[in-house]
Amino acid sequence: MAPSDSDTTVAAPTGLTSIAADWSSDQRTFKNVPWGKAMMWIFLLSDTFIFTIFLTSYMTVRMSTTVPWPNPSEVFALTIGGTKFPLLLIAIMTFILISSSGTMALAVNFGYRRDRKKTAILLLITAAFGASFVGMQVFEWTKLIVEEGVRPWGNPMGAAQFGSTFFMITGFHGTHVSIGVIFLIIVARKVWRGEYDSNTRGFFTSQKGNYEAVEIMGLYWHFVDLVWVFIFAVFYLW
Amino acid sequence: MEKVEGQQHPLGVYFKIWGWLFVLSALSYLVDFFGFESYLRWTLILIFMALKAGLIIAVFMHMRWERLALSYAILVPPILLGVLIWIMAIESDYTFATRGIFFGGAP
Repeated sequence: MAPSDSDTTVAAPTGLTSIAADWSSDQRTFKNVPWGKAMMWIFLLSDTFIFTIFLTSYMTVRMSTTVPWPNPSEVFALTIGGTKFPLLLIAIMTFILISSSGTMALAVNFGYRRDRKKTAILLLITAAFGASFVGMQVFEWTKLIVEEGVRPWGNPMGAAQFGSTFFMITGFHGTHVSIGVIFLIIVARKVWRGEYDSNTRGFFTSQKGNYEAVEIMGLYWHFVDLVWVFIFAVFYLW
Repeated sequence: MEKVEGQQHPLGVYFKIWGWLFVLSALSYLVDFFGFESYLRWTLILIFMALKAGLIIAVFMHMRWERLALSYAILVPPILLGVLIWIMAIESDYTFATRGIFFGGAP
């Protein structure tokens, strides 16, 4: 049999056999996926482990403490016009992050259509949503530290571990959002200037970029939203 | 132009998922708002959480259109985390019990 010079000569198998076939030696494992996207997925997998370890340590201290846990529904309540709404700010933050994920998905789509203007605007809207999310988090932290007296080593409402796990988990997530906002602005600028069409080399990696970068950026951003889904469920709603 | 290997799908699918994520988030907020307690609360919260996570990964992150070699490489390792959570849940129950015995704080 003559050696084939591309993997398109033979029809790629599907189903379970495709896993064995794709991982076999002497060929590209992740077909139809640019290397940058595969690497982003592997990075996100490692980040999944980090966040799960944080959330698991939170679960462990919460389940093992004999001191009552502060009720998140009351701690994070907002009073508007004399009425107390439980978790209102957190709910707003959730909807904002979901909307930013929506605009990000649209940006990826318009990027592959070579619609530079729409892509850049959608990326900037996503960044604005992300920045407002971080802003609300700053407000929440300030309220908790200044008004409620929550510290990493203790708080007036109950178990001391509440502060340490809260600041660690939301702080790490907020850092991810902030880094995402910075990179969204960088990618939006590149799209706006048409650097993915003119094959301009990037300032950091000196590599030629293309619209795959928008999708890779999107993977990171959706992951940030994904982590919030879990934080919202197990930290705020528990 | 350079060959780009990307995901291209109709816009409608994103709007549909966006809407579902809003509905599911609203439902999980309502669980807290109406103050459901105990097993009903955990079940509802975890179901809504799993559905939201699934929709984001499958559609927004395009996992349902990827080849299985990539999907399995990314989605199978987190099963280990389930084992970690299970072990630590057992361990914290034990810690809680011992604290109750030695410090007398447990109900």
